[in-house]
Amino acid sequence: MLGWELPPHNSGGLGVACYHLCKALAKKPVDIEFILPYHAPFVENFMKVTAAHPQGAKVVMTNSGAYDSYKYVFDDGHEEHVDIVGQQMAFEDAVARIASSKEYDVIHAHDWLTFRAALRAKQAKMHCPLILHVHSIERDRAGGQTGNPLVREIEATSMLVADKIIAVSQLTKDAIIEEYGIPADKIDVVHNSVDHTTFEALDADNAYNYLVTMKSNGYRVVTNVGRLTVQKGLTNFLLAAKEVINRAPRTFFLIVGSGEQYFELIELAAKLGIAENVIFTGFQRGKNWRDSFAIADLFVMPSISEPFGIAPLESVGFGTPTLISNQSGVKEVLHNTLKVDFWDVHEMANQITAVVQNDALRDTLQANASAELNRMSWDHTADKLFSIYQHHMQKVTA
Amino acid sequence: MTKAIVLYMHVHQPFRVKHYSIFDVGVDHAYFEAPYDDRTSNEQILHKVAQKSYIPTNKRLLDMLRDYPQFKLSLSITGTVLEQLERWSPESLKSFQELTATGRVEIVAETYHHSLAFFYSRDEFEHQVQMHKEKVQELFGQTPQVFRNTELSYNNDLAYWADRAGYKGILAEGWDPVLDWRSPNFVYQPTYTENIALLMKNYKLSDDIAFRFGNQAWESWPLTADKFTNWLNESGDATNFNLFMDYETFGEHQWDETGIFDFLYHLPQEWLKNEGNSFMTVSEVIDANPPRDRVDVPQTTTWADTERDLSAWLGNDMQASAINALYGLQDKILATKDMKLIEDWRKLQTSDHFYYMCTKYFNDGDIHAYFSPYANPYDAFIAFMNAFHDVQFRLTEKGMEV
Repeated sequence: MLGWELPPHNSGGLGVACYHLCKALAKKPVDIEFILPYHAPFVENFMKVTAAHPQGAKVVMTNSGAYDSYKYVFDDGHEEHVDIVGQQMAFEDAVARIASSKEYDVIHAHDWLTFRAALRAKQAKMHCPLILHVHSIERDRAGGQTGNPLVREIEATSMLVADKIIAVSQLTKDAIIEEYGIPADKIDVVHNSVDHTTFEALDADNAYNYLVTMKSNGYRVVTNVGRLTVQKGLTNFLLAAKEVINRAPRTFFLIVGSGEQYFELIELAAKLGIAENVIFTGFQRGKNWRDSFAIADLFVMPSISEPFGIAPLESVGFGTPTLISNQSGVKEVLHNTLKVDFWDVHEMANQITAVVQNDALRDTLQANASAELNRMSWDHTADKLFSIYQHHMQKVTA
Repeated sequence: MTKAIVLYMHVHQPFRVKHYSIFDVGVDHAYFEAPYDDRTSNEQILHKVAQKSYIPTNKRLLDMLRDYPQFKLSLSITGTVLEQLERWSPESLKSFQELTATGRVEIVAETYHHSLAFFYSRDEFEHQVQMHKEKVQELFGQTPQVFRNTELSYNNDLAYWADRAGYKGILAEGWDPVLDWRSPNFVYQPTYTENIALLMKNYKLSDDIAFRFGNQAWESWPLTADKFTNWLNESGDATNFNLFMDYETFGEHQWDETGIFDFLYHLPQEWLKNEGNSFMTVSEVIDANPPRDRVDVPQTTTWADTERDLSAWLGNDMQASAINALYGLQDKILATKDMKLIEDWRKLQTSDHFYYMCTKYFNDGDIHAYFSPYANPYDAFIAFMNAFHDVQFRLTEKGMEV
């Protein structure tokens, strides 16, 4: 299996999904070797984690996100810095080397960053089915624009060659068909999941002492937790917030996260005259992150494009019901949620206002969503993947 | 004819808000008390400024007052900096008291909290002016006669207010569009007033010292006392040269290494060589010269930036939001009669907080950034708004609806 990141080391949502998926899959008769572009201490033993990097490189250093540059330190002491493209090239050479030296049954690769390497592995192992797992396509990441043509080319070419494509939602499957003209029967939808038993329990006291007090004075809290990027649709969220505050002035909007829109959104809140009601916390983790969901009466994910979107499920897990955009894949698995088109600011405001003015609506939504969440499991995801593996191993060898 | 240098220096430090997060709100009410090693530590900054500016400058000024019996100057010192001097640098405070004890240093009136209250709440403004007057009487034993508003902000309304309040003079920027054909080097009178006089800053000469002095690329560098007084002597018809500047010009904005202290010390020596030349305090120059003309300033002017308006403090939506939110709490805050809460609310009114949120030149990393303890204007805004939320929290604790 080819991945770009894995928790706990410098991981975003992609790494978390890979981790849970592999952990569930490992309960089947499957031996997984997970190949990463960097060394990471991986203490669990349900799979083998291998670093694929240039020959002679002794240390690979990267300090944060998946899109950062890397530094290689070689055996002879010299150092090389590479950008994301250089890193991909180094990764694919190393993966090709590893693939030709060992035996595998299936090549399973996650998202475009690993797709070139997956093609090289397929070259080395023509008998292995090539399964490309699509967590997002370039159009999603570009917030509905076409995005980077080089990335699109990698996606188009590799998906054309793949034996099977797995999309994390019907929404993503439709997007792949639309953008790249891949035949529908080559794409299977396998939803991501959550395992609510792995959620860390909330403390008795919430970190937002202020909001706890204000709620006891009749205020309500609406939150969004995530990266502040165009794709996430937060401009419309603030426009809706303005309408909500006009009708329900005792409403706080809690915006948790950082990203390229951070300054812009702060200025927009001030410009709309709602700065007293909009609280920006910056990036949070751990208790503060969990409590950002828990303090709220409603979690809103107004994304312009969200191939899956795990945050609403986490929100339900921390006790807060959700409003999500129709452009989010997670709506296919979470039914007890409010939904709105991301562009429909007026309707978004209408639904938020309804929840902050009606605790019964809030509580009913949450009770039913919570029951749904309790039925979800990564095991269902693993079942589907395993049967795809079986089907294609027969097909390729036959 | 006689010509006077009217040297007026403004001393101020705000109580900066520390990096105060939403998680501190309702838990920690000490917004102004950063750890000593933090960039927002008021104590650390005051120690630094005292060391680099207050102590050496006052020492030099005291030498000058001793060596030149005709040397005089005027100072404005905000209540917030006086509090900080009392807490963290009694030595500096004592040196300011030694200056005024000579009888040749006049203190100018202003708001205690260096606020923009005049533009938001007349009652609050008058209260802060009164607080400042009492503080000055307590520490310096004099009652200010001439008024200046925060950032040298000025308009006809302010002049009218100051006239009614009994001040003999008021200070303003000598901004060309306001002066029109007039020279700043005379005493004027604001329109619509009975008695009060108007002194307007000669920004060209003032900025030669305050901003350009240490700039080696400046055509007049190096500026000596001899050269500077020559410009004044040659400047024709004039009664007074109003040199208004931040006190921290000496030692902080212009470091000791630029020679600024030697310049200061030699200024009286060179200036007083010519018969008829003198130094006057702001009151003296008003007493000595009847107004030449009336000056009409319907718009608000300040001494900041090329715009000379309030846009550095109130120009963007964040600044407007923050200050409106703060003054929106006034009635509830005052109704609590909780002196600690009221004082914290007043400390949040200090104009510097809004200046740190200025985005005008954010991308240039210029003078605004130099004076800000925050990484960017947004951090400043967030810390301020969180402190605002805590003030709200304290109101709810007292049973106030917010």
